[in-house]
Amino acid sequence: MDKLDLTVPRGSVFGFLGPNGSGKTTTIRMLLGLVAPTEGEYSVLGLPLAQALPKVGAVVEGPAFYPYLSGAANLMRFDAADPAAHGATARRRVADALERVGLSAAAGKRYRNYSLGMRQRLAIAAALLGPRELLVLDEPTNGLDPQGTREVRTLVKEIAAEGTTVFVSSHLLAEVEQMCTHAAIMRTGKLVAQGTIASLSGGLVTRIKVETPDPDDAARVLTSLGLADVRADGREVTAELGGHAPERINAALVGEGVSVRGLAVVRPSLEDVFVGLTGEGFDVDA
Amino acid sequence: MSTPEDTAAGAGTLTDTTGPRRTPGLVPVTETLRTVERHEPAPEPPATAGPGTRPVRAFWRLLGSELGLTFRRPRNLVMLAVLGVVPVIVGVALRTFGGADDDMTGLVQDVAGNSLMLTFVSFSFLVLLLMPVAVSVVAGDSVAGEAGGGTLRYLLAAPAGRTRLLAVKYLNAVVYAYAVTAVVALSALVTGLVLFPAGDVTLLSGTTATLADGLVRIAISVGYVGAGMAALAAVALALSVFTEVSIGAIAGTVVLVIVCQVLRAIPELGSIAPYLLPTRFTNFDAVLRSPIDVAALRDGLLTFGAYIVLFGSIAWARFSGKDITS
Repeated sequence: MDKLDLTVPRGSVFGFLGPNGSGKTTTIRMLLGLVAPTEGEYSVLGLPLAQALPKVGAVVEGPAFYPYLSGAANLMRFDAADPAAHGATARRRVADALERVGLSAAAGKRYRNYSLGMRQRLAIAAALLGPRELLVLDEPTNGLDPQGTREVRTLVKEIAAEGTTVFVSSHLLAEVEQMCTHAAIMRTGKLVAQGTIASLSGGLVTRIKVETPDPDDAARVLTSLGLADVRADGREVTAELGGHAPERINAALVGEGVSVRGLAVVRPSLEDVFVGLTGEGFDVDA
Repeated sequence: MSTPEDTAAGAGTLTDTTGPRRTPGLVPVTETLRTVERHEPAPEPPATAGPGTRPVRAFWRLLGSELGLTFRRPRNLVMLAVLGVVPVIVGVALRTFGGADDDMTGLVQDVAGNSLMLTFVSFSFLVLLLMPVAVSVVAGDSVAGEAGGGTLRYLLAAPAGRTRLLAVKYLNAVVYAYAVTAVVALSALVTGLVLFPAGDVTLLSGTTATLADGLVRIAISVGYVGAGMAALAAVALALSVFTEVSIGAIAGTVVLVIVCQVLRAIPELGSIAPYLLPTRFTNFDAVLRSPIDVAALRDGLLTFGAYIVLFGSIAWARFSGKDITS
């Protein structure tokens, strides 16, 4: 890990991306005081760690609970460990947290008998026991079925809407793209980029792709319309879209007698950014 | 941290950086760092410090949770039950077969003559193996079990505080150690009173003590044996901090107890015997002297204290700086 400065705007849903082994989990462990940095200092929410941690809820490396206790008893146990939590309000807060993640009906059931999705939700409930300013979720949808993933996504959006900052680590790009407002990308212990999702993928240009049997004519038309970087490749012609309206381009092509078989606007995905920054795979530096 | 306005401004800055000469999509870290500097986080109000009793109450609450976990766990209750049954079996056996035999040993004769002696006989049977096993299971599992199950990281992120958590874990083990001792003593006392005549107690010194005096001596021996078990719990806790596999810490402690007894059995090593815990465990019979052998009890308690300080420090030193990666 080297000089990691993460700017997580308050109230944002922050995606923390990186290939396996790039230091995401280590960063989160450090953030929670589970491991100590070899050297240097850090602060969370602008506070020393001990003061900040009660305001931070976390799901780290998957759920872990006492299998022989019920869901509610497990939450009571973790609530008791928080010196800032009041015992008098514990029952109500546990009930609220379970309600929040839709586990009220299973509150008295032993954790042993929970399904993976329920376990994941219980872990999120544990992170929501108190008023939190920051919620750290490490791979929150790992091992969940599509319904479970959607549930988690909705929950995260709700929590963020209430003003809690949510910090989600993931290697699932589609998930981050759907859930997050901001993101940072790690590579081998270093931060390579961070910013809003739009600014991260906005750096790559949107292109228009035309499928046609007359690529040369199409290229000529696109150039005459003022599109930059026109490339013809077999039966496909692509160009930077710039500020042009795709429907006008289509009209112009047809007007010039070019047969258009397909026309598509290709927006860069976060995956393109991610792969561009972290390598195609099998070449991650040791 | 930034306010919503700051966020908007920050986003704007970031978007501006994606000019034509930039590598697509890449926002240099230096750029965002500058953004951070521009938006120096507003100082937070200090964490709401409640009244001074708050940390104390939170500590008791965590200890209560820990005790609830220990004393609701079937495994721990079964061990207590087994230890409670042993004095009954010993008592019934002595009652059934003891009288028929002519060459009874001194202790058996004592038990047959007085109900209170069964407590001391039970201690001498259990204090060298079964009670240490029960205490080792609870203390050895305390940290290693949480680490192995992954719950340790959630407790520490809560944040339970490392020193605080270790203190709670140790106090919990001490309570269990005393529970084990008390269960054995009570079971033996009740069995003794039911099966054997009550009355004056004949001590090892040959003099007799009243029933009330005998009960006081039992209470002192419970305090002493419990302290010995608490010292063993410190050893088990120290081992527990070094591993994520609780059976390792438990077996390690039990093996240590057995090794100590082997060492005690070697006459050439007699000089180290006083420093071994099992030697001191059996010294509870000092309460059966007349007057009570206070020096032996004191030396035993000092040894227990030394073990608690030494192994408590080892556990703390290791645990406070440990990276929790399980």
